[in-house]
Parts: sequence; structure tokens; C-alpha cells
Amino acid sequence: MSLRRTAATAGRVLSQLRHDPRTVALLLFVPSLLIVLLKGIFAGQPETFDRIGGPLLGLFPFISMFVVTAITVVRERLSGTLERLLTLPIAKADILFGYGIAFALVALVQCSVVSAVAFGLLGLDVAHSAWLVFALAVANAVLGMALGLFVSAFAATEFQAVQFVPAFIVPQLLLSGLFAPRDQMNRVLEALSYALPLTYAYDALARVTGPGELGVRLAVDIAVVVGSIVLALLLGAATLRRRTS
Amino acid sequence: MSPAPAIDVDDLRVVRGGNVVLPGLSLKVQPGTVTGLLGPSGSGKTTLMRAIVGVQRIAGGTMRVLGEEDGAPSLRAQIGYVTQAPSVYADLTVTENLRYFARLVGASAGRIPTVLRTVGLEDVGDRLVGRLSGGQRARASLATALLGEPRLLVLDEPTVGLDPVLRRDLWATFHALADAGSTLLVSSHVMGEAALCDRLLLLRDGRLLAAETPAELLERTGADDLDTAFLRRVEAAEAA
Repeated sequence: MSLRRTAATAGRVLSQLRHDPRTVALLLFVPSLLIVLLKGIFAGQPETFDRIGGPLLGLFPFISMFVVTAITVVRERLSGTLERLLTLPIAKADILFGYGIAFALVALVQCSVVSAVAFGLLGLDVAHSAWLVFALAVANAVLGMALGLFVSAFAATEFQAVQFVPAFIVPQLLLSGLFAPRDQMNRVLEALSYALPLTYAYDALARVTGPGELGVRLAVDIAVVVGSIVLALLLGAATLRRRTS
Repeated sequence: MSPAPAIDVDDLRVVRGGNVVLPGLSLKVQPGTVTGLLGPSGSGKTTLMRAIVGVQRIAGGTMRVLGEEDGAPSLRAQIGYVTQAPSVYADLTVTENLRYFARLVGASAGRIPTVLRTVGLEDVGDRLVGRLSGGQRARASLATALLGEPRLLVLDEPTVGLDPVLRRDLWATFHALADAGSTLLVSSHVMGEAALCDRLLLLRDGRLLAAETPAELLERTGADDLDTAFLRRVEAAEAA
């Protein structure tokens, strides 16, 4: 691994984004618009906005970073540039971390914007620290990026990559506890929910935004999210093969 | 005694998707030469090139490239590979692409104007690659491979779609690079380009039909042009 090559790759990914201002605008402002929408929907129920606003704020960046990363990497595979990179003196870790750092920076800005809008403009009120919600949102964005990187190996086209949202992300959202308490689900689904990283991402957000002690469970949630990021990156690295048939 | 070959392929076997692409190919490429890899589309040229640069999974045989085991990580700093389809970032400018690849191979930024001139793109350095013509894109892709001054350049059909003047200039560049000590393996399906090579490797259905200089090929087959010479080699191979 080399710092120079990792930094060069991160810089290159950011340059690509810079040439696509519309995508940057969508990335930065769509989560904020959704929070504004939510505020309007629950205009008559401010306590509901406070209850689900925080968790949703922390989950939107997960979805958008997943999509952006999956498509960018599929494009890199299709355009032949990935194969070229793999013939050059660059480590797979340089490529992965280059992407990781670039998109993590984007996620940081995205989460800052949506947090400023939600907590500053819309008066979103959470039981614990707003900073914790912001930090979890960034962690979830990085998780979305890592998973996007991993699943891109299974998409032959950009169309397929987009379909991974309903196939791979929506089920995780449904089972995370956001829509219904997990202990009231079908037993098989409840058991399955323990195996999905988004369950822990949501649980952490629910604990930080809801009343009650943060406790050990929050630490466990965060550990699982971070562990999932590392695992997804390692699996992603395994899908970057220098030699292919 | 001749110098050690830059590429030494022995009984190379490659199977792709159940099809035997290279059934057991042996060949050598001499250092400091421009060697033409010629043959019809589907003859295995690209597969052989991919094997040489270490991205093709191989089913058997051995290969030494620049004296090292093929696929050795240390080789990656010494080989420049240009795929048939231009592999540069369409959403970056030509110069941004070159800056990125220069940092990867450790070339100085001062090389960028030089390679832009070499491929005749000095006027469009600030243009997005996606806005360039097909031929310009191919040249941008070629330029990135020249940045690190690699010891071995593997170029898959680098002159397709280029105008004749530029094509001539690029072949002159190839020879200048070879004179400076680099080895070039250049594929083409245009026999007209075969005459510009120091040596020819004729490939058909994954088998080597000839490995000689253009003059030797003409003399030994008694043909007037390389197209006819290639045909005679094919006929001789089928009769055997």
C-alpha cells in the first residue's frame, strides 16, 4: 500500500465528481429535502417527527452513498480502467481506500448539510446528543459505501447495480425495526434481522434519539457497524481480481 | 548468442468460457524490437497480450516476461499496457487522466506535456475525454501508457481509426522507443502495418503460423505482399 497512490486515487474520484455538479448537488441536498418533506408530513405530530426524524437522517446518507459507490465502481469495471489499474503498480488496498476516503469526505459534507438543516432549521429534537446522530450518520454513509463497493462485483451493468437498492437495501430497512418493532415480527424474520448490519445502524440511531439509557447496547451497535464496514471492504478487496478469465 | 528474450512463452494454454483460445502457444519476443502480433479477429491476440501483462488466468504453460515470472508484482512498474477499447476516465480531462496515472507509476508531472505531444493531443489537454473523438480517446489511452517510460509496451490495436499521418508518426515513435531500449509488442489486423514491424508473429486460431521479419516472410513464401504471404502460411498450416 502507498499513501501517494491512495491519495492520488481519492483525488481522482473527487475530480470525477467535480465534473458532475448535478450529482454533487443531488448528493448534498436530497437528504435535506427529504427531511423537510418529513417535517411537512408530520406537521401536526411534532413528536413523531422527533421520533423518526433522527433515525431517518442517519439512514438517508447510507442509501445515497450505497448507490453512488456501486454505480461508480461498476462503471470503473465496465470502462476497462479497473483492469488497467490492476496492470499498474497499485495495491488493491490503494484503490479501495482511495474510493473510501473520497466518498467518506463526500459523506461528511452530506451529513453536515442534512444535520444543519434538521437540527438548525427544522428544530429536530433528539433525547441525546445531536452530534452523536451526526457521527452515526457518517458511519452509516461509510457502511453504505463499503456495501456498495462489495455488491458492485455482482452487477454486470449500472441497471443491475441500481436494482440492488430494492433487492438488498429495502429488505434491510424493513427488518431494521424502523417500521415495526423486531420482537413483534415473524420469528424467522426477527432472527434474520440479527444478521443484517442495518439493524444495528438503526438500533444505534433509535437509542441516541429516543429516551432511555445509551448503555452497552449502543457500544455493541457501533462495533457491529464498524465491523461490517471492515468486512465489506475486505470482501470488496477479494472481488478485485488481477487475473480474470 | 542472442540476448535473453523480453518475452518467452512456452506451451501457453488459455481456456475462456470453455473454449480453448490458446491451445499451447510458444513464442519469443526479442528485446529492443517492435514486434507485430498479427492475425484475424478472434485469433487470440488480445488473450495472449492479457496473459503477458498478467491479467489473464492461464490453464497451463510457463511465461517469462523481462526475465521474471509473469504476473510478478515488480513487473507492473515496467510494463505499459493499452487495451483495444480506450481505458481512460471519460469524466476527466486528458491532463487529469495523465496526472492520475503519472502519480500511480511515479512519473514526474513534467512527462505530461511530452506524452501529449507524442500522441498529438497537446491542443486538447483540457478537454474531457468523453468529449473527444474515438481516435483521440485511443491516443489519450496510449499516452497514459507512455508516462512511465516502460521497458515493455503491450499495445492492442493502437492505431485503429487514426488518420494516416498520425499513424505514420506513431509508428516512428514506436521505433524511437525501441531504439532507446524498450520492447514493443503491437497487435494489428491490418497487414499494411506488418511491414513497419521489425519482426512478425502471425497468429491464427491460437496457433503461431510464423515468427520472422517481414522480409523473411516474403522471401520464404515467395509472395509479393504480406497479405498473400499470410495466406500462404495459412494454407501451408492447413495442408500439414
